[in-house]
Amino acid sequence: MAETKTELLSRSIFKRNPIALLVLGICSALAVTGQMTSALVMSICVTLVVAFSSLTISIVRHHIPSTVRIGLQIIVIATMVILVDQVLKAFYFDLSKQLSIYVGLIITNCIVMGRAEGFAMSNPPIPSFIDGIGNGLGYGFVLLSVSFVRELFGSGSLFGVEVLPLTTNGGWYIRNGMLILPASAFFLIALLIWLLRSIDPSQQEKN
Amino acid sequence: MAHYFDIIIRSIFLENLPLSFFLGMCTFLAISKQAKTAMGLGAAVLFIQVITVPINNLILTYVLKPGALAWAGQPDLDLSFLGLLTYIAIIAAVVQILEMVLDRFLPALYNTLGIFLPLLTVNCAIFGGTLFMVERDYTFGESVAYGFGSGAGFFLAVVCLGGIRERLEYANPPKGLRGLGLTFISAGLMAMAFMGLAGIEL
Repeated sequence: MAETKTELLSRSIFKRNPIALLVLGICSALAVTGQMTSALVMSICVTLVVAFSSLTISIVRHHIPSTVRIGLQIIVIATMVILVDQVLKAFYFDLSKQLSIYVGLIITNCIVMGRAEGFAMSNPPIPSFIDGIGNGLGYGFVLLSVSFVRELFGSGSLFGVEVLPLTTNGGWYIRNGMLILPASAFFLIALLIWLLRSIDPSQQEKN
Repeated sequence: MAHYFDIIIRSIFLENLPLSFFLGMCTFLAISKQAKTAMGLGAAVLFIQVITVPINNLILTYVLKPGALAWAGQPDLDLSFLGLLTYIAIIAAVVQILEMVLDRFLPALYNTLGIFLPLLTVNCAIFGGTLFMVERDYTFGESVAYGFGSGAGFFLAVVCLGGIRERLEYANPPKGLRGLGLTFISAGLMAMAFMGLAGIEL
């Protein structure tokens, strides 16, 4: 391996962030960012699913015929997601109601498929596992930054705890209603991409 | 009748899959560089959505729901935990069959939609449509209406974005914003425009 394990982990968070650079897995990234709690739970779920499905696929990679590999990968991923979904339903029912269909949608999250197809199929189990965790963390990084802004300025709270006292509760902060709307997530991700690409100009798109 | 019409209008404008639930974002952003290809993708989504949502509804009602297997003599069986795996398999199968049928009987349509069909197996808009149908407990009729409405909503959004991006080619944005960043901002503005239709009652 040309890259050490730490590099493998860190490059997915900033240099090759799955959302900002590779444009993968945006669907769920925007939807659950209204509150930090749901964003955090979603990041944990995705990290676990990516890491373990990469690990599993990497272990059996020599036995997978290439003609049916996509189908097999989906089955492995779907099984992992069902496990996560059932655990959430059993122990954190409120959270699973809040995330509604987005847990199920991890199956079609392109990050998971992308890592399975692009990395786990051609690398040994341990690096695949670390790569999976790295990508999950990169995804979580974007999710948490967006939800931090949306929850703090949209509802005046962080993780459900009131930080800026709202005028409706006798405080001084007037909430910014636009940040609760879905549209604001688009703008925040755009700004984040702008920031990441200004720091690292090699990621900018050519004309 | 008005009830079905209401579902269609809601799913096209207010609950637009890409713009208010962010579903199908990856393909939405990747294949909207030109209005023409965007139209092909939109049509493919509409097509598959109309077929898969009702099929998954039938599967849910007659196989997966608690007690649904009563017709097979198994009234106590609850297979709902297999839901996710079954729906994705059904979608993959429908896409595959559709591809073969179109190739055989409607080659012109196949050439337009062809490249997008395999992509759509892992499109969250398709899967999300099915999951919303399950979560909201739609009946068969409602699920047909919802499948059509949500597909049409995707079609409308992706064609509009394609048109806007064609124009944006001539713009001169800051370097870091070029491409993806600007597309996100236009999608955000479109989402706000669609939100403007909130409150319509039928």
